[in-house]
Amino acid sequence: MRITPHQKRIAEIAIGLGLFLFALLLEAENAARLLLFLAAYAVAGGDVILRAARNISRRQIFDENFLMSVATIGAFCIGQYSEAVAVMLFYKIGMLFQGRAVEKSRRSIVELMNIRPDYANVKRGDLIDRVDPDEVNIGNVIVIKPGEKVPLDCVVMEGSSTLDTSPLTGESMPKAVREGDELLSGSVNLNGLLVARVIKNASESTASKILDLVENASAKKSKHENFITKFARFYTPAVVGGAAFIAVVPPLMLGGSAFGDWIYRALVFLVISCPCALVISIPLSFFGGLGAAARKGILVKGSNYLEALADAEVAVFDKTGTLTKGTFKVQEVVSKDIHNNEEILKFAACAESFSNHPISLSIRRAYGKEIDAALISKVKEIPGQGVIATIDGHLVAAGNAKMMQMLDIPVEDPVDAATVVHVAIDGEYKGYIVIGDVIKEDAAKAVSELKTQKVRRVVMLTGDAKSVAESVAMSLGIDEAYGGLLPADKVQKVEDLMAGKSPKRKLIFVGDGINDAPVLARADVGIAMGGLGSDAAIEAADVVIMTDEPSKVPVAIKIAKRTLGIARQNIAIALGVKGAVLALGALGIATMWAAVFADVGVTLIAVLNAIRVLGSDL
Amino acid sequence: MKRAFKLEGLNCANCAEKMEREIKALEGVNFASVNFMTTKMVIDGDDSRFDEIVKAAQKIVIRYEPDVVVKKA
Repeated sequence: MRITPHQKRIAEIAIGLGLFLFALLLEAENAARLLLFLAAYAVAGGDVILRAARNISRRQIFDENFLMSVATIGAFCIGQYSEAVAVMLFYKIGMLFQGRAVEKSRRSIVELMNIRPDYANVKRGDLIDRVDPDEVNIGNVIVIKPGEKVPLDCVVMEGSSTLDTSPLTGESMPKAVREGDELLSGSVNLNGLLVARVIKNASESTASKILDLVENASAKKSKHENFITKFARFYTPAVVGGAAFIAVVPPLMLGGSAFGDWIYRALVFLVISCPCALVISIPLSFFGGLGAAARKGILVKGSNYLEALADAEVAVFDKTGTLTKGTFKVQEVVSKDIHNNEEILKFAACAESFSNHPISLSIRRAYGKEIDAALISKVKEIPGQGVIATIDGHLVAAGNAKMMQMLDIPVEDPVDAATVVHVAIDGEYKGYIVIGDVIKEDAAKAVSELKTQKVRRVVMLTGDAKSVAESVAMSLGIDEAYGGLLPADKVQKVEDLMAGKSPKRKLIFVGDGINDAPVLARADVGIAMGGLGSDAAIEAADVVIMTDEPSKVPVAIKIAKRTLGIARQNIAIALGVKGAVLALGALGIATMWAAVFADVGVTLIAVLNAIRVLGSDL
Repeated sequence: MKRAFKLEGLNCANCAEKMEREIKALEGVNFASVNFMTTKMVIDGDDSRFDEIVKAAQKIVIRYEPDVVVKKA
């Protein structure tokens, strides 16, 4: 039977503890008792001393092992035998738990991101080979069985099924797929057997790209992490310096009577001199936050952006494709005199039947019946205005108010707030059709939840007319809307808004990531929507929301705030406890036991606290 | 060239920081990271001396944590 390092450590602690307790039972202060203490110390702390010795030869003196060795050997030298052994034992137990906690949190984050496919079933003739996804080439045919992960991005050739895309998007609704549909790696095939052609190799496929992004994100460090790194560099030398000072200066000044006492105080310092709690738990909190966001289909490209999100004060949304679906729909038909709605829609649909403009398409969709092309003649499209055509012997004009003005037809009911197509037949005004962009179902919820996340201003920018912008803003509860903006105007507007916010808080911009790269870059945090399958959006933004849901923006802010909150708690716990024990130690009140708690105990608490970031109640 | 390595048995977060700092300072290294959470080391360095850089980086890793095994990721 092989003994794992973990089992060896437990055995060392158990034997050391046994020897230690036995030694404590011996009442007499004799050589046998000292020998037992030394044996317990050697069993429990042998490897620490060994490592310390190795590190000295490598000139790493501010290493944890070295400091712990000096502290415990020092305790032996001043006759604190039981204390020396107890501190070493306690330290080892703490390290054991800490190692397990770190390992557990590593694993839970990795599980959270469990989208990496392990194998692909490649079809070669009648045979099916199970191979590493890395070995599959573009154009290969793969088979995906129910319950398997889609290994590479591919297109379905045969079969139909439903897919669970929640590992990629956080969206729990299964997605139906059939022949011709594109599959993204990382999603899970739920029921049918699928045969598909590979269109991207493993490293270019969605699952790898997402994983790379999340793993590399922790390299872009937050201000908190940078502070801790810098702090850690000075902390250890400073505490060790403090220990040297306490050991030497006070006894010399106060006379040598209590020399041992001052050395004891110095040893307390040495035990707390490792900055581990901070160095482990702060990056762990941020890494957990990045993982938790990824689980919800929100990819954050760096801990620094998570930090900025938590401080969002101004949220700027692009309208089309972000708050609205970017598809037009007939919302209302209003008729004058004898013509009924159906007839107005029919004439308009016929007149528009040769155009592919989104507005024309929406009118034809609303009409929904076959159009007899033989009835239509003399179609004339006037750019920026509308269409004039002869239909079944009637002269039909369908267009905006400008067109009606040109034709000298008085518009009876000019409606604001949306795109309006007026219809006139044989020079007589008949009515109008109201067309609007469809607002996403969760857009209003996104805005109201942002408000609860202390976002002070929610702003909408659009190239559409001001009246349209204002009506959409009104219905969503948006504070300010700016219409009629060209792409360059949007950058200018964002710069104005940046200048108007509080200096320490942040501006986020949310767009579709395709036409708004300059604005995404200008904002403190640029968020692109609908990133799933869109490389352009993933490239351009700091945060990518995989789905089309604007309501993920407040979710991202919530996760960011929770992450920051936990990171700050950990900084406070670690610095607070260490500071307090250092102060008490200098005054001779804190014992080495308290010092070990301030070292490993606090680290353990901080690591366990950091794991809370992964909580699933968001 | 950019390559990722797995650092098996990476136990000390403070050491990971120190390794990263030293590897970043190696000549010919454009970017380096030692991620304590994922136990991954990523090195992006000049093609012409990449093998040299990897060897030097391995040495640094071993100096801080002698028990770490460096593997290809």
